[in-house]
Order: sequence, then C-alpha cells, then structure tokens
Amino acid sequence: MDLIQIKDLNYSYPTKKNTLKHINLKVKKSSFTCIVGENGSGKSTLLKCILGLNNGYSGEIIKPTKIGYLPQKSKIQTNFPATIEEVVLSGTISNNIKSIFYKKEDKENAMHIMNKMGIADIKNKCFADLSGGQQQRVLIARALCATKEIIVLDEPTNGLDPIIANQIYELLNKLKKKENITILMVSHDIERALKYADKVIELIDGEIVYDGNPENFKLGGDK
Amino acid sequence: MIQTVTEMMSHTFIQRAIIVGVLISLCASLLGVSLVLKRYSMIGDGLSHVGFGVLTVATAFGATSPLYISIPCVTISAIILLKIGSNSKIKSDSAIALISSSALAIGVAVTSLTTGMNTDICNFMFGSILAMSKSDVILSVIVSLFVAILFIIYYRKLFAITFDEEFAKASGLKAKRYTNIIAVLTALIIVVGMRMMGVMLISSIIIFPALTSMRIFKSFKKVIVSSAIISVISFLTGIYLSYIYNISTGAMIVIVNLVLFIIFSIIEKIIHE
Repeated sequence: MDLIQIKDLNYSYPTKKNTLKHINLKVKKSSFTCIVGENGSGKSTLLKCILGLNNGYSGEIIKPTKIGYLPQKSKIQTNFPATIEEVVLSGTISNNIKSIFYKKEDKENAMHIMNKMGIADIKNKCFADLSGGQQQRVLIARALCATKEIIVLDEPTNGLDPIIANQIYELLNKLKKKENITILMVSHDIERALKYADKVIELIDGEIVYDGNPENFKLGGDK
Repeated sequence: MIQTVTEMMSHTFIQRAIIVGVLISLCASLLGVSLVLKRYSMIGDGLSHVGFGVLTVATAFGATSPLYISIPCVTISAIILLKIGSNSKIKSDSAIALISSSALAIGVAVTSLTTGMNTDICNFMFGSILAMSKSDVILSVIVSLFVAILFIIYYRKLFAITFDEEFAKASGLKAKRYTNIIAVLTALIIVVGMRMMGVMLISSIIIFPALTSMRIFKSFKKVIVSSAIISVISFLTGIYLSYIYNISTGAMIVIVNLVLFIIFSIIEKIIHE
C-alpha cells in the first residue's frame, strides 16, 4: 500500500524558478525511504511540499493527514528553556488543535512514547542541556506524538558524530520494524542511507534521477 | 515601612499607578518570554518610539486624549514591523531600528516646531506616575485582562510556535496569526504602559523579567511563572523606593529589575559550579 503518492509535482520559489520539476514518487507503508542529493537539489523543498509548508505547487500529493516531522536542527534555538516533557507533549498539538489544555490521553501517550524512547527518566531535564543525539531522540519522540503512521525527517544526523548517527538510524529502523512506522528522510549521509533504506531517491536540480533499491544505486543517477 | 505604605496608598494617583503598573508588568512579562525567545526583544523599544512620535503629533494638534490615537497607530506599526521582519531583504533588527529612529525624529521635530522641550515631553520620555488618569486605569484593566485571557487560551500554541515554528506549522498551526496576536498585544501594553514608565524605559519591563528568569529556570512554564512574579515584585519595589527617595518611578523599576537580573546571574554561576 502506498502511503504517499506524488504525481507531476512542480514547485517554484519566488526567487528560484523550477525548484522541483515533474516529481513522481510513491512511498510504501512501513518502508524506509531516503532522499539524497546535493545542497540546493530540492530535497528539503520536496519535504516541505509533502508537509504542506510550501503552497502554490502544481501537481497532486496524496498523503496521510497526520505526519510527524523532524525539522533541520539549526532551526531550533539553543538555550530555549523547555523540559523534555514540554517538547514531547507539544507534538500532540495536531490531535486537538482547538482545545486549550492538553488532554489526559495526550499526556499518557507522550509518557508512553518517552518510555519507549528511553527518555522518560530525564523528562524534567532541559532540552537545551542535552547532547545532540539525545536532542534528536526527543524530537523523534515529539514527531511520534503527532502520528502513528509516518515520520518525515530533514537531515536528522547532521552534525552528529558517527556512533550517535548510527544509533539514530538503528532507532528509526527499529521503529519501522517493530511499530510499522514509515520513515521518509532527507539525508546527506549516503553511506548510512544505503545501509538502512529500502528505497533511495536521488534529486539533481529538482529532478528525480534515481528511484529504486539501494543495491543498484550509483551516485549521480543512472541517466 | 507599613506607615510609609499606608501614606503612599492614601494618594489617589499612587493607587491608580499601582493598579495600572501591576497589570501592565504582569502582561508585559508574559509577552516578554515569547518576544525574547523569538528574538524580538527590541520590538518594545521600536514601538514605544513610535508611540512617542504619535503622542507628540497628536498633542501638537490639540488632541484631548492622545491615547486613542496612539493605540491604533502603534498597533499598525507592530504588524508592519513583523511583516518587514519576515521579508528577507530587511532583517527585523534593522527594521525596528529604522522605524524607531524615524518615529523619534518626527516626534522631536514636531516638538521643536510647536511647544519645545517642555515638561510634558520630558514626561513622555521618562514617564510620570502622575500621568495616570481614571480612563487610563479602565483601559489598562481591559487591555490586561484581554492579554491574560488570550495568553492562557493560546499557551500551548505559543509554546509550540516559539519553540519550533516549522514543526508547529506542519502540525497545522497558523504561525503568522499567533505572531500577529503577540505583536498587537505588545503594542497595547506599550501604549498603556509607556506613560508611566516612559518611552525610553518601557521596553525593559518586557525583556528583563524573561531574561532574569531564564538565568535559573529551564522549563517554559517555570520561566513564565517566575517572570510574572519578578515583574510584579520589581514594580512594587520600584514604586516604593521611588516614593521614598523621590526618584523617577520608571527608572527605579528598571534599576530593581537590573539588580534582580544580576542576583539571578550570580545564582546561576553558583549552581553551575
């Protein structure tokens, strides 16, 4: 079953025309898909279209209503006073956007996910004081609060040392296998992407040049 | 001390100042946490200068209650400031500097053409506790209640947007709308508060409590509660000291805030060692 289907997607920024050109792709349920490509190839733009953060595209995107998202790390401020619990709980906001307070089941769900991710015992610690790897773990937990189906990640291992990066990939792989969560990720890290992904998509200048299994992947596409 | 307080409270103008001051301090500190974390610390400064410009022009034209003119003008400036800020060509800090110095310049120019630098203008600049009229009290009560209620209703969403705007947008929150709400509320608080605190000093009550709280507290909720408490304590201490030593109230409140900031910074250092 396809969880995401994109048909002939085109997108232009006001300052940069044709950031995405004729994108067609499918993401299977419970798969691990990696989108790779150079800086400026349109990877993050593609994610933002899928998430509904970029409007004004042409083409069709069929997607689940609830998607968990892990943005690029640089966007989150350092020194922000927030506990792990506050951060994870904020992931549930899309479940009941209208209500004033968090519901009891949201709190229980957040607690359950924190337990599963091994961060429940540090839930009152400050997010800013955590190591890079632990911060990503917390943000993955937040993304899981928003969805039971699919999480979308924008370069989650950027700036992490190789051991921690491996742990993050292992964790995502475990989520895929044990919880049937679909993983869609943008990555610079081709070596690990090939190791864990079931499917690799390569973008060059806004066009898909490779869409297939990691075994046959060669950098630069098969064109 | 009790005798001094009783004596203070027997003056109507001080009663009014305390009502307005406590409410404004409380709301300013709530908004301040979001503004500081969103890197909009200077917006208070910019808006108060706009307020000054509008007040002088309104006074020059003989408006009887300049507050009703300055509220819409400052609110519009607040929205324009954030609009310019989100445009990548002019960054928000430069946008604030542009608008604030222009408004100040217009204010000063109009003053030179009309009355010259008299006590009224000095009161605008540095605040006057005597400036609180009955309508100011009513207005500040309404504005403060409005701010407090909106803050409670949107607390969850404000946290999500302040912490991570991208994620909040992907969760379906209209981030721009909440940023505009914060801008409008800030504008209201500044217009009502600046006559007591003064144009030059009002922005401090927005940023100081948040910065002070962030020295020690590491959870969003605690920072908010602590900011509110610090803000009210600073105001009450400031007004008391200003009464005893006959010092400008606005300046005294800022100095108390500064002292608390230094104390909290020292405590932070000690905790970390």
